[in-house]
Amino acid sequence: MSNAVTAKKKGGFLAGTANYLDERVGIAGIVKEFGRKIFPDHWSFMLGEVALYSFLVLLLSGTFLTFFFNPTMAETTYDGVFGPLKGAHMSSAYASTLDISFEVRGGLLMRQVHHWSALLFVAAAGLHMLRVFFTGAFRKPREINWVVGFMLFILGMAGGFTGYSLPDDLLSGNGLRIIDGMLKGLPWIGSYTSSLLFGGEFPGNQIVPRLYSLHIMIVPALILVFLVIHLFMVVIHKHTHYSGPGKKDTNVVGYPLMPVYVAKAGGFFFIVFGVIMLTAAFVTINPVWNYGSYDPSPVSAGTQPDWYIGFLDGALRLAPTGIETTIGNATVSWNILLPMIVGVGLLGVVAVYPFVEGWITGDKREHHLLDRPRNAPTRTAIGAAGVTFYAVLWAGAGTDLIATNFKMSLNQVLTTMQILLFVAPVFAYYVTKRMCLSLQRKDREIVLHGHESGRIIRLPHGEYVEVHEQADAYQIWKLTDFKEYAPTLARPNEKGIITVRARIRSALSKIFFEDRVSPVSQTELDAAKHHGELH
Amino acid sequence: MAKNSKDVVQHEEVAEHDYATGLAVVSKDKLTDPGIEPHRVRMTDKSVKHEKAAALQVALLFTLSILGSIFAIWAYYVFPFDDTNASSLRINTLFLGLGISLGLFGIGIGAVHWAKTLMPDAEVSEERHLTRGTEEVRAAALEVIRLADQESGFSRRKLIRRTLYGALALFPIPAIVLFSDLGPNPKDSLRHTMWGAKKNTRLTRDPDGTPIKASDVQVGSVFHVIPEGLEKLEAPHMLNEKAKAAVLLVRLDPNDIKNDKEREWGYDGIVAYSKICTHVGCPVALYEQHTHHLLCPCHQSTFDLAEDCKVVFGPASRPLPQLKIEVDAEGYLVAPGDFAEPVGPSFWERKA
Repeated sequence: MSNAVTAKKKGGFLAGTANYLDERVGIAGIVKEFGRKIFPDHWSFMLGEVALYSFLVLLLSGTFLTFFFNPTMAETTYDGVFGPLKGAHMSSAYASTLDISFEVRGGLLMRQVHHWSALLFVAAAGLHMLRVFFTGAFRKPREINWVVGFMLFILGMAGGFTGYSLPDDLLSGNGLRIIDGMLKGLPWIGSYTSSLLFGGEFPGNQIVPRLYSLHIMIVPALILVFLVIHLFMVVIHKHTHYSGPGKKDTNVVGYPLMPVYVAKAGGFFFIVFGVIMLTAAFVTINPVWNYGSYDPSPVSAGTQPDWYIGFLDGALRLAPTGIETTIGNATVSWNILLPMIVGVGLLGVVAVYPFVEGWITGDKREHHLLDRPRNAPTRTAIGAAGVTFYAVLWAGAGTDLIATNFKMSLNQVLTTMQILLFVAPVFAYYVTKRMCLSLQRKDREIVLHGHESGRIIRLPHGEYVEVHEQADAYQIWKLTDFKEYAPTLARPNEKGIITVRARIRSALSKIFFEDRVSPVSQTELDAAKHHGELH
Repeated sequence: MAKNSKDVVQHEEVAEHDYATGLAVVSKDKLTDPGIEPHRVRMTDKSVKHEKAAALQVALLFTLSILGSIFAIWAYYVFPFDDTNASSLRINTLFLGLGISLGLFGIGIGAVHWAKTLMPDAEVSEERHLTRGTEEVRAAALEVIRLADQESGFSRRKLIRRTLYGALALFPIPAIVLFSDLGPNPKDSLRHTMWGAKKNTRLTRDPDGTPIKASDVQVGSVFHVIPEGLEKLEAPHMLNEKAKAAVLLVRLDPNDIKNDKEREWGYDGIVAYSKICTHVGCPVALYEQHTHHLLCPCHQSTFDLAEDCKVVFGPASRPLPQLKIEVDAEGYLVAPGDFAEPVGPSFWERKA
């Protein structure tokens, strides 16, 4: 007690507060445990941070919007300041969106902050996933955290879509119409599911308040829960780091949380917020007053969903003509089901990939050292194929815009997309794999023979050679410190049977690791040095 | 970073614990790690002048933030909304946003600059813990679970365990059932539209509801049509009915019509088709006169109006349903009855 008093006297307000908190919540232990935690530094680690900070901005701007938004579809006559719509019949949801835009000072700014940060959230989460994928950060012990992150990505899309639909404008109404059509295409339960969602017939007067409770409560609460799990696991595992001198699977090299990362990451929050705010101040997004309130009859050409829904819309567009079938009296809408299967299938593959790769390599060690993408050529190639597949679906959502802007035939653009959907990923796979292997060979070349110096010398017997400068020990380590895997043969188990599982695993291991470049060994390096000295 | 003894113990265990390496090639001929690169000293570390300059820059950035926030508050009041001036909204949004951005950027860039120039930048290494618990911890955890099992008799008392599983499986079901009233059984609501509500409903213009005379419809012209009286319905019925009953009316040269049913169900080349796409229900609103094609702007399904709206392109599978039309005594277009089949997107029990 007397100590505490002295501390207060000595340190003034800060020490007093610290003492107060420690005696009530035990903060000293937390600060001691986490205050000097080490975080590694790399630009690509900031992608996840961008997603996190966009989410915080979403919470802040979204809370502001809830104070003014009226989530009901009760009909009202618009009597606001926006002239062109004066006297028009519309839902209260749409009218209050107009009021937020035109009558609440800063309301339009906050709407635009909210929309831009939603787009950024999904984009940053997606790029963060790609970073994690291409560097192998999903390997043991982080497989579960990959799934948690995957859920966050899906929830981000769900949050985006439910929010997009709230203003009840023409564009979002058409988006809901598409959802209604897709639900109706589900086997057995289609028309019931649609009726349950819309509270009867489409569009009804229920969907906006329902989406609202999902959008402001369920989805953000789930995101928050998964976010806490996601970050908690980062603390448990400690952050991964890229291979380099002094960096091992058994350590983490970087800067301490306090003060460096508090300043850097804390400052970065303000920078991300600033970028969103600046974008919102300058760039209009979703000007709902131009679209009018929802009416099932009109539609504008060139309608586009928010970017992250594009791949699903593209999948719908790329379905071939006339593939609906009937079985007895039942109508099977393959033109709906096939795109759904493709979309869900793609996401499913993303979700389970860590477990598949883990099964193939059979490597049960903990991995904290990130792969450079070139050092896992097959994984990188699979990733490139996946990205390409997604990109074609995504571009598929813009077939009409591509056709009109580039003065091409819509039919040909679509057919091209349909072909590309199958051809482009295969092409991307092979090109990427060859590129990775070539880059690995180039790394070997640098390690064994050094960098080209650009200096040509003439040897006494007349031969011209370019002098190579040897890479330093740090670079050599960076280029040689990676894990190598070799394919396996299908071996009989203890009963003497070669199981199908073993065969599949062997085949996959061959696909993954048959073509590979080994890291330079000490013997090779010594031999190369010896050879170099002979010159 | 001070290594405490716990970390070191954990580290040794990483090496000790024998994990399967699977297909990994464990090389014995690996190069040796040269260790963390030597720290490169920054200008701010070796020159007091640079250090002072950096500190001043940070302080300036924070000051800029203060000014930005004050500017934002100022802008909120001095750029009011003016109903008569359309650009007032833009100016308010712009300057308010600019001020807030400055307030944010000043803090953000200042803090990062502070960290990068004035805080230590020597990399520190910290040992990792193996994620799995030590053998003692795992044994202790197992013991806790074993004790819990023994004391509760969870494994031993099969009857209790199985009835508990059953109870746990069933208790959420009422919650699911509770959601049934989210929406009614659709029954045959998807099969009927307002055109079938009474005989000889007049075709009227969308959205004002004025009736259309056959003589008003010129070759090549397009009418967006709703059934008479639809615009007077109460919300939400108006939109619900419109989402099914919306029709596109076009007059073709009767010689261009290649389908007998289409010609018969029309009137002197005037034909009416459902405007609701058979793919996922967007309004098929675009008409190209010289090809007689109807195009859905959502997913580009294209229907040939000269051939009973059969699908010529895009993901739709079924033709747009035709609405049979006639002309009443006063010369107005009327629909004698409903569509012959459900309009809009397909659903499972559509043909039943």
